[in-house]
Amino acid sequence: MIRFENVTMVYDQKSRLGSENARPGLDDVTIEIDRGDFAFLVGASGSGKSTFLRLILREIVATGGSVHVAGQNVARISSWRVPKLRRGIGVVFQDFRLLPQKNVFENVAFAMQVVGESRSAIRDHVPEVLKLVGLEGKEKRQPDELSGGEQQRVAIARAIANKPQILLADEPTGNLDPATSVGIMNVLDRINQNGTTVIMATHDDGIVNSMRRRVVELSLGKIMRDEIAGEYTSMIPVINQDGTRELRQADHSTWHRPSTGNQAFAPFDTEDDMP
Amino acid sequence: MKLGFILGEVGSGLRRNLSMVVSVVLVTLISLTFVGTAALMQMQITQMKGYWYDKVQVAIYLCGEHNEGTNCAEGAVTEGERGEIKSMLGSAAVKPYVDNFEYESKEQALTHFREQFENSSMSETVTADQLPESFRVSLVDPEKYQIIKELFSSMDGVDVVVDQRELLEKIFSIINIASFVAIGIAGVMILCAVLLVGTTIRLSAYLRRRETGIMRLVGASKSSLQLPFVLEGVISALIGALLASGVLWAAVRFLIDDKLALDYKDTAFISTGEVFMVAPWLILLGVVLAGVSSLVTLRRYLKV
Ligand SMILES: Nc1ncnc2c1ncn2[C@@H]1O[C@H](COP(=O)(O)OP(=O)(O)OP(=O)(O)O)[C@@H](O)[C@H]1O
Ligand SMILES: [Mg+2]
Repeated sequence: MIRFENVTMVYDQKSRLGSENARPGLDDVTIEIDRGDFAFLVGASGSGKSTFLRLILREIVATGGSVHVAGQNVARISSWRVPKLRRGIGVVFQDFRLLPQKNVFENVAFAMQVVGESRSAIRDHVPEVLKLVGLEGKEKRQPDELSGGEQQRVAIARAIANKPQILLADEPTGNLDPATSVGIMNVLDRINQNGTTVIMATHDDGIVNSMRRRVVELSLGKIMRDEIAGEYTSMIPVINQDGTRELRQADHSTWHRPSTGNQAFAPFDTEDDMP
Repeated sequence: MKLGFILGEVGSGLRRNLSMVVSVVLVTLISLTFVGTAALMQMQITQMKGYWYDKVQVAIYLCGEHNEGTNCAEGAVTEGERGEIKSMLGSAAVKPYVDNFEYESKEQALTHFREQFENSSMSETVTADQLPESFRVSLVDPEKYQIIKELFSSMDGVDVVVDQRELLEKIFSIINIASFVAIGIAGVMILCAVLLVGTTIRLSAYLRRRETGIMRLVGASKSSLQLPFVLEGVISALIGALLASGVLWAAVRFLIDDKLALDYKDTAFISTGEVFMVAPWLILLGVVLAGVSSLVTLRRYLKV
């Protein structure tokens, strides 16, 4: 469904040539995410998670390597066909990004109006989507009359209103308390069970640890590990002899670093990806 | 993308950005009014040329009692002198240039004068004696006026030879200058309008960056992203152009039709019909300029 081949993203090419310490947002990343997968993207701030997601959306174009989405090399898509690519991808952000002057129903309907859906299709489909995210009966509320969790549900509903095959979530629980986050994760899980590929960038270790889904960890733009049912961190706290604490790489037998060439967990989706 | 949805977006854009929209309307109104004025003045010249050129003649004014022309020292023109001028007009030397000629007595001159200035108070006070008698000569080729002037200016009893075309040319050159000034002002104002449309669209794109951001993410096509903004600029310009046409129509209706045309019955004036010929071009100009300016702005400020 999504395949990165030696993808490098250098944001500011000029300054990179000029200064030594400038480093790429993504550095030679190769990975494959299958149809129907649920993958967490973890890593420190600035490790390249958002860059990864923006490359899939073709908000930015890789400076090296190629990004394939649903069998298409996104760099080769002409600019007037980019909207078509994006209709197949839903996106959710940490800050919800709802339209404040539209109510819940209208916010979700907006996504369908934009792509030219008919009024009757909108009338039928929006309530279904709102039900899926658990917002029945709240159609008429304005965003400022909703809790953060509810607002995120609206944002998710909008993201899946056009039935995308892929859902990208960039720290969707970043602004929510743990209990509310669990609710959101249940919604994302339900969407994933309906067959949508979900990629979620997060800092929320509790969620990652409890979900036991695929975990891709980025560090300084490189893939550190890629586990089938991973945990948030590969670091374990160690107490040094002088009493200080620090995090060390745990020697975990289930890790598979991509550098070893082991792609067992991400087999190529050849039938999908042939252009 | 459904039309109703786009129009809704345009409406919300116009409302949110109202003060800028009003300024676009006003600047377009003013610039297009100047363009239209220049066009109408040119049409007035054409109108007058068509009307006058076959009517204007060379006038050979004859001496009256009190003329001070070099040939008028002996007072009013005599019967004999008048006859000589007349036969000169019919002579072989002059005949090839003259289409026809006609004598106008003082009384006839008064009648013409009264007709021409019917509504002005002057026509009451003027008497036949104050007006000169003349020969009205139509030339085969109006450009050959100089020959007639040379032949007749020095004859006894001739006060002055006047080419009426020259008078008209003076009027035309004044109108021409006026329309160049109007074009100049219009040019500056159009530049203002184009820049202002650009700024307005930029501001509008900024005010609606949330919506456009979401539209891009859910896969709005380039045209559906840009169309509401372009329409916003075009609609503002269209309103300005319609208002400009209205202003021109009112000006022609109340200044020319109701005033000048009545005061100067003998002159051909443009009328509201000409405004209806100019208006579509003004509207087209306004719409095209606003559309192009919006699109150019959006290329920079609203990428897909
Ligand atoms: N538009 C940009 N221009 C230049 N550099 C950028 C840009 N966006 C990101 N970067 C750089 O690319 C690197 C990766 O950034 P990215 O936003 O992908 O990190 P992230 O993993 O999403 O971080 P966070 O967890 O804080 O959201 C960072 O070093 C960042 O400074
Ligand atoms: Mg980020």
